Amino acid sequence: MNAMRALIRLTWIEIRMYLREPVAAFFTFAFAPMMLILFGSIFGNQPNPLYGGRGMVDVSVPAYLGVIIATVGLISAPIGTATAREFKVLKRFRATPLPTWMYMAANILMYYLVTLLGGIALVIVGRWLFHMRFDGNPLWVWAGFTLSTLAFIALGILIAAVVPTARTAQAVGMIAAFSMMALGGAWVPREMLPSSVLQIARWLPLTHVVTMMRGLWAGASPGDHMGDIGFLLVVLIASALLTIRAFRWE
Amino acid sequence: MRVVIEVQELRKAYGSRVAVDGVSFEVYEGEIFGMVGPNGAGKTTTIECIEGLRQPDSGRIRVLGMDPGRQGRALRARIGIQLQEGALSHRLRVEEALWLFTAFYPRPLDPETLLQRLGLAEHRRKAFDQLSGGLKQRLFIALALIGNPEILFLDELTTGLDPHARRAMWDLVQEIRAEGRTVFLTTHYMEEAERLCDRVAIIDRGRLVALDTPENLIRSLGAEQRVIFTRDTAFDPSFLTDLPGVSRVEAIGERVVIYGRGDSLVGRVVEAMAARGMALRDMRVERPTLEDVYLALTGRPMETPGQEILPASNSGRSR
Repeated sequence: MNAMRALIRLTWIEIRMYLREPVAAFFTFAFAPMMLILFGSIFGNQPNPLYGGRGMVDVSVPAYLGVIIATVGLISAPIGTATAREFKVLKRFRATPLPTWMYMAANILMYYLVTLLGGIALVIVGRWLFHMRFDGNPLWVWAGFTLSTLAFIALGILIAAVVPTARTAQAVGMIAAFSMMALGGAWVPREMLPSSVLQIARWLPLTHVVTMMRGLWAGASPGDHMGDIGFLLVVLIASALLTIRAFRWE
Repeated sequence: MRVVIEVQELRKAYGSRVAVDGVSFEVYEGEIFGMVGPNGAGKTTTIECIEGLRQPDSGRIRVLGMDPGRQGRALRARIGIQLQEGALSHRLRVEEALWLFTAFYPRPLDPETLLQRLGLAEHRRKAFDQLSGGLKQRLFIALALIGNPEILFLDELTTGLDPHARRAMWDLVQEIRAEGRTVFLTTHYMEEAERLCDRVAIIDRGRLVALDTPENLIRSLGAEQRVIFTRDTAFDPSFLTDLPGVSRVEAIGERVVIYGRGDSLVGRVVEAMAARGMALRDMRVERPTLEDVYLALTGRPMETPGQEILPASNSGRSR
């Protein structure tokens, strides 16, 4: 077995399977751009002192990246992984010479790539329709996006590892995703949230994704967001370690 | 004959329930080896320990000289596995599954040839969940063969298939063996084991109760055969009682049943009838089967497979 070829082929197949799920594809590629078009046409993108002189669209695009990251990581990944276990797909792969870590790596890579594609779709819509401002360093934005996405995929696979069935994976994932999106400033900019909510939101991983992505988008350096980066690194590493301990293949 | 699978004192329990309780046997290169017994007898646990998918509690297993518990991945490059419970992503197409699996093996077979051979070529664009039960099993065999395996493991291959599909599977298994591959299968259909296997291991409640060729197992019972035919009511068959090997003759209405032993029983009955110018109408011979062997060894009949012969519930969606 050529390991690299097996990894690429499995990742490619997993991406195709993901794109064939209409609900998952909708929430990954179409939902955030639709929200942006809706709110962008209601509120416009005029500079607003509430957002430090930026427009609604300028601050929403990096926040909506968080929506895509949370949707794929906390809903698609747990449901997909727990379903594959429940329907004995994981068992079928274990019965081949494919190393189990490679199956995991291909799936993580697939979730990362579909999140990236969803993010690119959102940025294109913001740019073309609303002349969105971007003052950041593309490399840092990409790095922040990658860290955030990997942390959420790890969290999602951890959910799949600890719940018994695909149904519970769906329930846990959706509750986690929607509460984080509502409280973490992903749907509603944090400037409009009460301070009591912000107090709770400090402990939710998505809050740190949104804060960091908005900052990097507006030109901040990673040094300004060491707290967010540290928090997400802890989420990533802790989730990965707990998953390795708890994961069941059948 | 070269031993390709060696199992010694295999034991495996799930909590307090002992699934496999000290099973030992060997499988030879090029044979079709069958493990039969009712559901829950320990067949799947045994086969999955041999495949390296489960860790036994104790015992020694060698497959092609390797320890499946430690060298599972290296072993799985040389064997092919069809799982009793296994599935693929429901939107994965037949041709995509084969294309994917060829990447997992060092010396794969040509997927196109395999598609043709297993009758899957016309279904190549179908997604996994559009396949009937029989086509799913064919796909799983294709995936088990794609790595060009030395040993093929088939766990309850024909469960849920209709009789026609089952017979087609038997032909296929024999073809696969004719290519020089060893086949290890489990089944709870005694007829399947008798028709298909060179040697049969009967397993009951985690223990191996018998292991031999189907013919020897049946012969070891020493059970009687029955020759049955239809008579004209005027005919008195009592003279047949004097034939060597015949133990008794029953005549009920038009039906005559002759009980007896020995390979030449049928020949003697036919000869004796012909000598008197009598025709044997609707003659048939009933021999003891593996089913009777199982009953004699365990004191319990196998569950009747009747319900499971029904076509798989999803077969209607195949076209």
